[in-house]
Amino acid sequence: MTQAAAEPDLRGAPPGDEVDPEQIRRIVEKHREDRGGSIAVLQDIQTLHGYLPEDALRMVAEETGRSLVDIYGAATFYRSLTLQPRGRHLIRACLGTACHVRGAPRVVEEFERQLGVKAGETTSDKEFTLETVNCLGACALGPIVVADGHYFCNVRKFGVADILEKARRGVDETRPEDDETVFPLEVNCPRCNHSLMDRGAPVDGRPSIRVTVDFRNVLSPVNLSSLYGSFHSAGGAEIPQGAVCEFFCPHCHGRLGGPSRCTECGAPMIPMVVRGGGMVQVCARRGCFGHRLDLDGVNA
Amino acid sequence: MITLTLNGLDVSVEEGTTLLEAARFLGFPIPTLCHRDGLSPYGACRLCVVEIGEGPKAALVSSCTYPAEEGLKVRTASSRVRRARLMVLELLLASCPQSKTIQDLASAHGVRQQRFRQEQEDCILCGLCVRMCEEQMMAKAIGFRGRGQTRSIGTPFDIKSDVCRQCGGCMYICPACQLRCTYTEPEKAICGACANLAPPCIAQDPFDDMMCYMDPCVACEIARDD
Repeated sequence: MTQAAAEPDLRGAPPGDEVDPEQIRRIVEKHREDRGGSIAVLQDIQTLHGYLPEDALRMVAEETGRSLVDIYGAATFYRSLTLQPRGRHLIRACLGTACHVRGAPRVVEEFERQLGVKAGETTSDKEFTLETVNCLGACALGPIVVADGHYFCNVRKFGVADILEKARRGVDETRPEDDETVFPLEVNCPRCNHSLMDRGAPVDGRPSIRVTVDFRNVLSPVNLSSLYGSFHSAGGAEIPQGAVCEFFCPHCHGRLGGPSRCTECGAPMIPMVVRGGGMVQVCARRGCFGHRLDLDGVNA
Repeated sequence: MITLTLNGLDVSVEEGTTLLEAARFLGFPIPTLCHRDGLSPYGACRLCVVEIGEGPKAALVSSCTYPAEEGLKVRTASSRVRRARLMVLELLLASCPQSKTIQDLASAHGVRQQRFRQEQEDCILCGLCVRMCEEQMMAKAIGFRGRGQTRSIGTPFDIKSDVCRQCGGCMYICPACQLRCTYTEPEKAICGACANLAPPCIAQDPFDDMMCYMDPCVACEIARDD
């Protein structure tokens, strides 16, 4: 329940064919200092588009002043970089030695059968990409399957359908009923004590917390997840990752802010009153996961 | 100056000289495929192996990339070196049997057959063309792509490069290239593309202007399936 909409769902972003020169320029600029940082640049572009579009590589070559051959060589050298568009969900099954002897080939076969594609291919509906990797470094837990960055261990053939279902639903989806560390809160403005809950715009399937966010003098309504432990939000898509914003109450328009600083990144913390007693504070930096809950003396 | 022992001969060379340069200067022949004066050393073909050191510490190194060291004992044609070279030649023959350059080298070293699975590649990934393009032609139009089994040389995205001036330097320098044509010397013309003993293009009038390697050869109409 921080302001930070975790990462915007980049995989789901427009199928990534449109390359925005401005975005590429920003990424190159970010890595300008690190010597030979073209891999970092390529990784960022891949996070943005899900793959490396040809136009993007050309722009990187132009911006960095390196030759296209070098950029292309790096892009084709590393397994984790791809020039082929990927599906919304990426399934990577480990076929390393340890996973192999523990039955990974059968798991991969089952994935291929259920998805109807071979390893390395993308389903025709652009939902899933199946890849095999040679080791994920967690051999004791094999066979390992990584779905959208979420590790599944000791995978058996009959667990494949479950993984696909979870990936389809979103592996990051927070379900309070499954996870004891995630629970809903209702909060009020610390200034006017008006409820900040917004039933009209649910996030994580629950009423969300509505605040007004000021970024470079542009005000936009943002809805935060009311689940403590979830970092989802809606709105404020134009606010870049890592930007520190000002928060305002949408009712009294008072500025939300306190003296404390985020222990993760040092940005100001935004306090809100928890109904039933206590305070919750969330970090004002987009993308930061810093948050703190004080329930009447009990520090959670 | 650095003093070292080359095949039992005490010699002095300038600092920074590679073993290959030193050996060639003194007249010891060392075969190479990926080395050219004017291009940076690369150490890809491993044909130029020499043995350095003595006893159990003796090691095989590629002489084109190994700088001369004070007191180094080098043997350019010991039995171990020769065995290694023959193996390299067999492997090269296994991957690129059509290359005239490799055939000649193998023949000169007495390699008559090879014992590995026969492939029909037309590139040994020596990187000569890549270095030629970058260092002499200042173009950087071609480079290595991919890795491992799928490593190949070519332009990005396999389409015509904006920076390629079609100088033909890459094909001129290639030791394995099948499209290579010695177009300025009709009597020496070897068209690897059609493997004709008498390439039909020689008979054509403006032979000197043809620059056959720029485009697929019209005479033989080679059908490249990729």
